[in-house]
Amino acid sequence: MTALNPAGWRPEMHGAGGAADTATFTGNRALMLEEPLIFEIGSTATTGVDFDEAAPAADLGALMRRDPIGLPGLSESETVRHYTRLSRQNYAIDLGLFPLGSCTMKHNPRLNEKVARMPGFADVHPLQPQETVQGALAVINELAVWLIELTGMYGVAMSPKAGAHGELCGILCIKAALEARGEDRRVLLVPESAHGTNPATAAFAGFTVEDIPGTAEGRVDLAALKARLGPDVAGVMITNPNTCGLFERDMKAISDAVHAVGGYVYCDGANFNAIVGKVRPGDLGIDAMHINLHKTFSTPHGGGGPGSGPVVLSKALAPYGPIPYSARYADGSFKLIEEENAGAEHPDTFGRMTAFHGQMGMFTRALTYILSHGADGLKQVAEDAVLNANYILRSLEDVLDAPFAASGPCMHEALFSDRGLAEGFSTLDIAKGLIDEGYHPMTVYFPLVVHGAMLVEPTETESKAVLDQFVGALRSIALRAKNGDPALKSAPHFAPRARLDETLAARKPVLRWED
Amino acid sequence: MPRFYTEEHEWIDVDGDVATVGITDFAQGQLGDIVFVEVPDTGAELSKGGDAAVVESVKAASDVYAPVDGTVTEGNGQLEEDPALVNSDPEGEGWFFRMTLSDKSQLDGLMNAQAYKDFIADL
Repeated sequence: MTALNPAGWRPEMHGAGGAADTATFTGNRALMLEEPLIFEIGSTATTGVDFDEAAPAADLGALMRRDPIGLPGLSESETVRHYTRLSRQNYAIDLGLFPLGSCTMKHNPRLNEKVARMPGFADVHPLQPQETVQGALAVINELAVWLIELTGMYGVAMSPKAGAHGELCGILCIKAALEARGEDRRVLLVPESAHGTNPATAAFAGFTVEDIPGTAEGRVDLAALKARLGPDVAGVMITNPNTCGLFERDMKAISDAVHAVGGYVYCDGANFNAIVGKVRPGDLGIDAMHINLHKTFSTPHGGGGPGSGPVVLSKALAPYGPIPYSARYADGSFKLIEEENAGAEHPDTFGRMTAFHGQMGMFTRALTYILSHGADGLKQVAEDAVLNANYILRSLEDVLDAPFAASGPCMHEALFSDRGLAEGFSTLDIAKGLIDEGYHPMTVYFPLVVHGAMLVEPTETESKAVLDQFVGALRSIALRAKNGDPALKSAPHFAPRARLDETLAARKPVLRWED
Repeated sequence: MPRFYTEEHEWIDVDGDVATVGITDFAQGQLGDIVFVEVPDTGAELSKGGDAAVVESVKAASDVYAPVDGTVTEGNGQLEEDPALVNSDPEGEGWFFRMTLSDKSQLDGLMNAQAYKDFIADL
């Protein structure tokens, strides 16, 4: 028997001398457990469960499998241990700060989980008779009412399953509205400071994307935008607050200008957590905006749970929103508006994007978060998110270049560049150094408008003590990068794997296991 | 054989009615390790400033724009197998595509080597 995974732990990575240099027989290092691939543990000749011999299925004809499927046979305990061991090599929001800018990883309150697991919510089926799921339909409707109230909009489509799906929903509403007007407008304007999914959504929906430049202070160039407006413009897609972490102060002027030429305004509301309770997008003239429930309303994210991207709509676009949705009737009952009754209730809908009503488990969690905070608490969410991001920005701007530090306070995220690092040192080295310090790195090389961008979003759920420790770690790495510490070039040194060859991984990816 | 440059960091070598297009050494340096290149199909009609090719590095995916109007006569198939050529020899073996020129006067608006050098010095 040899090491469990010879390619894994490397004894030499702990430096010269000392007991830490001694290789173990298994490759494990006490509680830091190595783990092979599942195919390397289980034999394809054994099975972990006792099934009866399958009855011959002659009627399958050509569909009958002739060769063994080759799945490894593992017992239940081996299987559980395999995945638990792998999970211990992972990093999670429940282990520490997850400062990804533009992706917002924040604490998932356990109260949300408790409510989501109540049988009346957790054990319902989307095909159950509607009179037996009135409570679940009421939750969807109640959350919808809150989202409309918080955004100052007219309607909301609850079914989109993620932020980008919500973008598509909003753009399809714009497309349907233009078709109803009998107009063939092909161009969607997307500023440089928008999320990367915005141009992708516009192109996917069949529009031509045109860039709008940003100003030196990191906001949309209003003059450039106005100069491009015309009868061929279907609308704009603006991320506000934008990916430079700044609030687009000219939003109302942008909306007015776009409306004046007959276009619509889509706002990427992924960063709504910075303004919830403070600003109502409806007051800024926005026609459609998706809300990532995980970003603003604390539902799980990034492998922890599915996304959910409800889209709030203006009076102009609401008639075109998708089915199904949960409607409340005068007698207090709830009913789904679907194909059968849309003709009477919602005749101009562009159609259906999802099989069922949306991410029920996320709806219950988001509504729990909203109700447990209340209106005043949600306002404080935005204030604390902005305060924390500014604390990061001002604590580090003396060691890391902050290109928009002079543009005023940032919103929910702080943006730094790689200017001033020693020759040969890059943003990637700082990110890798953070792994050694026990943090998931921040978002790097995005947004593209900033060279070697580092985008840090602390969120409102972190304490000052946590932020101080992170600032201390990032400051020490920044200084190492400025002073050209050669050890930083090969970081991480203490992770389950040393620095990976990302270029080789992208050029020659190995995507399947072969014996 | 004159070589011209665009503000989007493409270079174009003109040889009679046919031109070769690639991205500059400065561009590949900014992009970092190139992991994927998509070149246009032969026969594709390109218009000046429009999308012509896609280049993807470990940091970002970027469009490569057509420096002039014309028709693609050949894409550099080698880049599919070996995108690293764009890093190692961006202004030689790492060329992206060849094209005909519909309107040679469009070259007048492009930069020569010295002008491009001054241009990137200011970035």
